Amino acid sequence: MGLTMQSTGTAALDAGLHIDRTDPAMRVIAVGGNPNVGKSTVVNALTGLRQHTGNWPGKTVSTAQGSCCFEGKPYTLVDIPGTYSLFANSAEEEAARDFLCFGGADAAIIVCDATCLERNLNLVLQAIEILPRTAVCVNLMDEAERKGIRVDLHRLQEALGVPVTAASARTRRGLKSLMRAVSRVSREEAPTPPTVTYSPSIERAASRLLPLLCDLPSPGPSARWLSLRLLEPEESWNTAFYNYCAALPQWETIRAVAAECRDQLTSEGVSPSLLQDLIASRLIARAEQIAQSAVTAPPGGGFARDRKLDRLFTSRWTGIPVMLLLLALIFWITITGANVPSELLSSLGTAAEDGLARLFETCGAPDWLTGAVVHGMFRVLCWVVSVMLPPMAIFFPLFTILEDFGYLPRVAFNLDHAFQKAHACGKQALTMCMGFGCNAAGVVGCRIIDSPRERLIATVTNSFVPCNGKFPTLITILTIFFAAGSAGGLVPALLLTGIILLGILMTFLVSRLLSATILRGVPSSFTLELPPYRRPQIGQILVRSVLDRTLFVLARAAAVAAPAGLLLWILANVDAGGMSLLAHCAQALDPIGRVLGLDGAILLAFLLGIPANEIVVPILIMTYMAGGSLTELSLPQLQTLLLANGWTWRTAVCMVVFSLLHWPCATTLATIYRETKSLKWTAASFLVPTLCGAALCALIALIPV
Amino acid sequence: MNQPVPLSSLEEGQEALVGTLCAAGSIRRRLRDLGLTDGARVVCLQKSPCGDPTAYLIRGAVIALRRQDASTILMKGVKAHGADDAIHRNSRA
Repeated sequence: MGLTMQSTGTAALDAGLHIDRTDPAMRVIAVGGNPNVGKSTVVNALTGLRQHTGNWPGKTVSTAQGSCCFEGKPYTLVDIPGTYSLFANSAEEEAARDFLCFGGADAAIIVCDATCLERNLNLVLQAIEILPRTAVCVNLMDEAERKGIRVDLHRLQEALGVPVTAASARTRRGLKSLMRAVSRVSREEAPTPPTVTYSPSIERAASRLLPLLCDLPSPGPSARWLSLRLLEPEESWNTAFYNYCAALPQWETIRAVAAECRDQLTSEGVSPSLLQDLIASRLIARAEQIAQSAVTAPPGGGFARDRKLDRLFTSRWTGIPVMLLLLALIFWITITGANVPSELLSSLGTAAEDGLARLFETCGAPDWLTGAVVHGMFRVLCWVVSVMLPPMAIFFPLFTILEDFGYLPRVAFNLDHAFQKAHACGKQALTMCMGFGCNAAGVVGCRIIDSPRERLIATVTNSFVPCNGKFPTLITILTIFFAAGSAGGLVPALLLTGIILLGILMTFLVSRLLSATILRGVPSSFTLELPPYRRPQIGQILVRSVLDRTLFVLARAAAVAAPAGLLLWILANVDAGGMSLLAHCAQALDPIGRVLGLDGAILLAFLLGIPANEIVVPILIMTYMAGGSLTELSLPQLQTLLLANGWTWRTAVCMVVFSLLHWPCATTLATIYRETKSLKWTAASFLVPTLCGAALCALIALIPV
Repeated sequence: MNQPVPLSSLEEGQEALVGTLCAAGSIRRRLRDLGLTDGARVVCLQKSPCGDPTAYLIRGAVIALRRQDASTILMKGVKAHGADDAIHRNSRA
């Protein structure tokens, strides 16, 4: 038992983790804590990393590391997955515990949420038991103050016996004192915190083992912790624990004594499962005791406003309507807001293209070179930037604001019933939300789902939610064909919401179908934390996501759109038998395209768009324009172009459906392969949405007019 | 006092104390790690739009549990949430 979990856990941990230990002054600090207490924010603030942070549990699904220097001394900070405990009962817990114990951590920072200290202290006590060199960072002090919660840090520090500092990492307050504490616990004599005492029989057994565990390697877990873990049955040890033990001096003696102790415990009525229960509940009771002495909260815990918001966002009558309204509102802002910068960028691009072409001409460049570089590469690049970038740059920060606010777990809460009906996990809603940003990120996010079966369902169906790169395509087509003359973008926003609902509906249907066929099974247990609402850091989100997102899209556009533009230009301009290669390809695909209510050119655009969804529409325009040349690209002209190529409302509907439901982009496929390590599931993730889209389009194509 | 009842039977606004955790295996450990140990106070805050899952206040955190899992937790001393607070405030006033 535990072996497969362990391999996933360590694999997740090992990904990209490399610690340079050549510098003797270097200290490795593990940063742990409950999910969603702002660990990533602390690590980011200390190291200048730019990990994406958000207000929902499980945001950090893989281990990130960064380095920093404090008072001239180097530190490596490792952000370990957020867990509620360190008993190694799930993949993340195991990864977190193994890193604390055997990953070479010199010391630890345990980040706590000041607004929910009691539950956090349970983990703190467990961490201190493993590694007395622990500094506690009570984060979110500003939130706590706002809620009228007061934390007595002195009492806390006294009770825990390790340094405790207060912080508000988002505003970078308290970071210096945290680093001072880290420097103390990692470089000076180890603190000697009071131990949590368990029942007499457990203590007796542990004290028999303790003298045998005197020369433990450093860094590593404490003898006290090791003696307690040795009381657990060997079958429950994972490989990391076993390997560590096997390397201890006098291991065989220790092992024999541990076996005796276990037998003794069993004879005293302490079975292995009771042992863990006793230890866990004692830790929880101690946490409760400490919290009661160190925390004062107003009646209701200061969460009256949160409960009011929850009633609005999750109650029977308002939960779902508010969710749909929010979605429509975001789309409306995106569509309306994108118009102006889109037109501006488009005219700028056109002017630049003309200028560039003239420049090439003056330099005496041959026609084919001007064509390939300027009218091929540069033009596609411009289109990607002008048509695709503005909606992406607007949608992304809006969604991040909702995420930062803490709304996304409420979506999972609202939708869980449907997921349960589909025999899947409600946390799939969170991975879908991530999919709105990027399906590859959504697939990585599936790690928050514990059951492997439910995780695969979430992975295979993730591309049913359109990613940021598909939105502009959907918006463009919807605006051209179904919202002619309507001002304000309201109609396309509503239509887009409808399309998203179709995607969500398909997710439920296909999840249910998968649970009944290739991923057979019943829903497993489900616990989801609904974190306190937090005021989004709007300014920071705007600056960061607009800049980061813009740079990301630009970089990807340069890497993908430019070569695609070049390839397209070549395909469009190399003649074979009186027809361009592009026309040949489009013609070859035409019969299939027609069956799907599309045409060959559209299918070709989707195929060539595999590297990135953003380039589908630009490729399509390029293909249609291969014969003539259009200098400026605006929506009315695009409409004329599409109509001239035989588009009807049916083509538009099929285009929308197919762009919602087709194969994931290359990055997503690569990510799926990396996450599942299985060609079969990567293929399934390719085929399932494609078959759904093709079937739906073929049906639409059959509707008689 | 009163008969133990499953956590899933609590109505919105009721609170009770954890009596017995009947679940076994990983879900037992998960629930325990969330703080659902003997005597812990749990408040039923809010049902989701479809009535399942339900959000509970457990040791200062809001945790959503499905009916299937909540029914494995037996509770005692069910009463209306905030009853104590109200009395408290009245006596102070």
